[in-house]
Amino acid sequence: MAAGSKSIDHDDEGETRRDFLFLTAGSFGAVGAGVVAWPFVSSMNPAADTLALSTTEVPLDKIPKGQSITVMWQGKPVFVRHRTDKEIEEARAVNQAELSDKQDDSERIKENKDEWLVVVGICTHLGCVPVGQKTSQSKGEYGGWFCPCHGSHYDTSGRIRKGPAPKNLAVPPYEFLSDTLIKIG
Amino acid sequence: MGSGERVEFDNKVVNWIDERLPLFTLMQKEYGVFPTPRNFNYFWNFGAIAMFMLIAMIATGIFLAMNYTPHVDMAFDSVERIDRDVNWGWMLRDIHMNGGSFFFIAVYIHIFRGMYYGSYKKPRELLWILGVVIFLLMMATAFMGYVLPWGQMSYWGATVITNLFSAIPFVGDSIVTLLWGGFSIDNPTLNRFFALHYLMPFVILAVVFLHVWALHICGSNNPSGIEPKGKQDTLPFHPYYTMKDTFGLLVFLVIFCVFVFYAPDYLGHPDNYKEANALVTPAHIVPEWYFLPFYAILRAITFDIGIPFTEITIISAKLGGVISMFGSIGLLLILPWLDTHPIRSARYRPKYKFFLLVFLAVFCMLGYVGSQSADAVFFGLPMTLIGILCTTYYYGFFLVIIPWLNNTEKGKDLPKSIHDAVLKTEREKA
Ligand code: HEM
Ligand code: FES
Repeated sequence: MAAGSKSIDHDDEGETRRDFLFLTAGSFGAVGAGVVAWPFVSSMNPAADTLALSTTEVPLDKIPKGQSITVMWQGKPVFVRHRTDKEIEEARAVNQAELSDKQDDSERIKENKDEWLVVVGICTHLGCVPVGQKTSQSKGEYGGWFCPCHGSHYDTSGRIRKGPAPKNLAVPPYEFLSDTLIKIG
Repeated sequence: MGSGERVEFDNKVVNWIDERLPLFTLMQKEYGVFPTPRNFNYFWNFGAIAMFMLIAMIATGIFLAMNYTPHVDMAFDSVERIDRDVNWGWMLRDIHMNGGSFFFIAVYIHIFRGMYYGSYKKPRELLWILGVVIFLLMMATAFMGYVLPWGQMSYWGATVITNLFSAIPFVGDSIVTLLWGGFSIDNPTLNRFFALHYLMPFVILAVVFLHVWALHICGSNNPSGIEPKGKQDTLPFHPYYTMKDTFGLLVFLVIFCVFVFYAPDYLGHPDNYKEANALVTPAHIVPEWYFLPFYAILRAITFDIGIPFTEITIISAKLGGVISMFGSIGLLLILPWLDTHPIRSARYRPKYKFFLLVFLAVFCMLGYVGSQSADAVFFGLPMTLIGILCTTYYYGFFLVIIPWLNNTEKGKDLPKSIHDAVLKTEREKA
């Protein structure tokens, strides 16, 4: 084609029109392929029933001061800790400059509910469940939790203090339904 | 392919088919008379061995799938049932389980062979790259396969590895949710891993086909690293190398069988015989042995990389680890352009040979580091230090030593031809 087409009269005009048609058809094809691909990709995201499982209610009246419980929320462990006065004090007293993920204790709890710390029990490094929930377990150097996988230490506000984890333990969305009942999610 | 010259066959049926679809001609050309360097050593067996292992994995996998249930409530029990109740199920599973390991053994040796004899150099760059692609696909396949029995290591290994993607800035968390199909490793994850674990080996098969096709365009490299110059340098593939490959394969399979029948769980981890539990992390998460060197590189980066004297972090330790792990395989991809030394074989490059053997030792050491817990100590030195030192050598080998040797290594005199080289060693022996 390349050699033969040179001799045709409307060569130049023909080529530009053809280029235009080619590009338009090409872009429509690409957009179409994208539109078709989207449902496939999207089908891999959480399905409606998975999303529907996303709230959990937790009664607090059975958790004595100084102890924690673990509940499941969205397939993830959530730590609910009833903090002692000493623990609250430690969490507040921290010098912000020492923190790698700077957050004040007050940003991590609900107002006037200093006793209750609710965090997702998943190490922000690579997703292990830190220990420290049971009284018999190590709570790490900062009295919160310790992740044995690669040695991350969290404090009594669930903030990362030492080790490879980049962020503080996440605080899930939750609200107090009453003084002794919270809803996570 | 179709329009090439055809071979005439004596058998009428064969000939009839071949006239219409020249399969037999193809086999005859590519595996019968195919001219192959006459000086192969046993390192050249591992391609064929890897091919055999791939077929074995597919065969055992399909039959395992007939009895396997990809559901979080049933997966663990269905695998136990395969082991205990299904006729020969224990054997299928043990072949598949250890087959994964032996597949990797073969492929690691195969890759090292390529590095030692310079098989990645021109004109075999694409052949090499296809090989690295196969290696990556194998790792993905084996990783997802290991999740299927739904034991503690399955679950926590998968958690740690999928969480790596959360290190990607901005979109990381969405990617992880997409991979999981939920908010943690759960039933949707297990389901899709099963679907993909079933699919990927066939993708591997397709890439292997391209790999072999590329091989048959440029022909095999050989221990001397010099191209065959004529008939005196080659042998027909059949019967010479069909026999040598078969013999090597049988020796390999004998060792394989020792594991399958006498130590089926030796290469595995006992924690994987405990059912997955989202609330209890095993004290020490380790991947399968064949991932250990890369796992060690992942963990070697324990520090943030930022702008000096400020508190700005550009690359967090986590992202740094992920980048170095994937980068370590990326280096293999670009190796043909890093090593531009004109001599292929390490036989004639004493310096390259030395540094390559050190590299091999360092790679094995990384495997050891990967198997240890993060706070372990090695002859008084912290394991993390060993990890970062070995990782530095790994990168240094590719990015400093190899380019340096390009310009400085003179190398030994090459023999005139393969024929010459072979005769010389024969004479020396006599
Ligand atoms: C590249 C080839 C393959 C590799 C490297 C591979 C690797 C693995 C590994 C490491 C496991 C875990 C074994 C264990 O600890 O129990 C596994 C399990 C499994 N694989 Fe594969 N596999 C391959 C091909 C296939 C194919 C083609 C199929 C199906 C058609 C398959 C089906 C299964 C099933 C059903 C399981 C779960 C049963 C079990 O755990 O033994 N595999 N695979
Ligand atoms: S997962 Fe917790 S320290 Fe790595």
